[in-house]
Amino acid sequence: MTKEMLLAGFGGQGILFMGKVLAYIGLYDDKQVSWLPSYGPEMRGGTCNCSVCISDDPIGSPLVDEPDTLIVMNQPSFDKFIDKVVPGGIAIIDSALISSKCERTDITCFYVPATALANENDLKGMANIILTGKLIKETGIASIETVRETMKKVIPPRKANLLEANMKAIEIGMAQ
Amino acid sequence: MAEKTLMKGNEALAEAAIRSGCKCFFGYPITPQTEISAYLSKRMPKVGGTFLQAESEVAAINMVYGCASSGIRCMTSSSSPGISLKTEGISYIAGADLPCVIINVQRGGPGLGGIQPSQSDYWQVTHALGHGDFHALVYAPASVQEMADYVSKAFDMADKYRMPAVILADGLLGQMMEPVCFPDTEIKMSDASNKPWATNGHGHKRPHNIVNSLYLKPDQLEDIVRDRFERYEEVKANHSEAVVDYCDDADVVVVAYGSTARLAKSAVEQARKQGIKVGIVRPVTLWPFPVQQIKDACKNAKKVLVVEMSMGQMIDDVKLAIECSKPVHFYGRTGGVIPKPAEILAEIKKLGGNL
Repeated sequence: MTKEMLLAGFGGQGILFMGKVLAYIGLYDDKQVSWLPSYGPEMRGGTCNCSVCISDDPIGSPLVDEPDTLIVMNQPSFDKFIDKVVPGGIAIIDSALISSKCERTDITCFYVPATALANENDLKGMANIILTGKLIKETGIASIETVRETMKKVIPPRKANLLEANMKAIEIGMAQ
Repeated sequence: MAEKTLMKGNEALAEAAIRSGCKCFFGYPITPQTEISAYLSKRMPKVGGTFLQAESEVAAINMVYGCASSGIRCMTSSSSPGISLKTEGISYIAGADLPCVIINVQRGGPGLGGIQPSQSDYWQVTHALGHGDFHALVYAPASVQEMADYVSKAFDMADKYRMPAVILADGLLGQMMEPVCFPDTEIKMSDASNKPWATNGHGHKRPHNIVNSLYLKPDQLEDIVRDRFERYEEVKANHSEAVVDYCDDADVVVVAYGSTARLAKSAVEQARKQGIKVGIVRPVTLWPFPVQQIKDACKNAKKVLVVEMSMGQMIDDVKLAIECSKPVHFYGRTGGVIPKPAEILAEIKKLGGNL
């Protein structure tokens, strides 16, 4: 079985980091994983998306065109990708930044005001991790222990003090 | 077994170069390979090596020329337009029989082209990587792990045959992250002790060595080129590589290399599930081209399908390999567009359903 996830938003929202967390979760489970950023000429700003595959078998295409799981953190990405989600798939939408509602009935949408929740909980810049928590809850891809172990690996040593804040963000996401 | 870690293809390649004893890197930034430079700029000084960002691609390849002359393992990397700039230097390196490793993380062309993945430098790398009668070894990895594994092999083979070796990757392989593990071995020593030709100082203990590619007497130059081509024959006879899957009973055989091969393999496996007898050959070395492996794999096939991220460059070599004994079809995307497995599957079905 292959899980094909697409994460999209603006550069600077932590889209690629969110992908890295999910890819490491797959690696921790001894699955095949791939992570592919959409890359452009700009260093920051602009739209940004990231494909993550987690599979029992070797991964052919790392490029996710029709995701079974979508996280969107801005309006242009919502407009671009919401119709690409495969029927039966899920979409997790940062409703603090996206005002649209999905009209499709063949996918399940979760509206999480992640950016607002992050600000209220003194977790500025961690809306991405809140959404990751929601994804983990809805897909059941990992236990909270796995997530903690993964976070220890993914967070660079110079930011090790942010582990607890990240875990708090995961928990807030899982509670949504 | 060493621990698996997630790395970008570019970074895995750079780390593997260090572990293979690469002591000097000369580069100039260009998307989508800049992570190689960025990684080595941090890592190289820690292993006592030299990282140098040159003023241009031309300067970088000529620094490689000088460094390789001294017998030190060295490398440069670039992407398509930058490789074009390096070709003069690569020809000189080949003409002076020097080993080095050159990385091309391809992007769309011609001209400045685009920055998305492409395979449109196949002709250049296999047939005309500079002027004159010469070849370079060409490896085409298809995963992040292979980006690491083949850079190591490239250094060994370049040294063994005293010729440049190229890793032909593309933006997809360079930018994606996959699990990779490195063998738990010591970093290889890079010294010139087994390179009696190296211009590394002799303390008046031996005649001095000269590294040169200029021979004004035609007879002498012809002899040197002929000697070199005898070495090429040995490489061709012993070192071509290909991966063959599902070809024994295949009516249709797909031929694809690098990242396209993994996309094509997904399509082949889907087609097999639908009952279509299709196989795949992946050339791993593009020079020497795996002629015999392709010939054998296509023995029972009725049709061949070449898939590339170009307008069709490897297809001619495939036709030659099978001596045009059966129809060879082509499917390609170019300009930085990555073909989807579903598109390749549709092509396979077109051929497989119409035998």
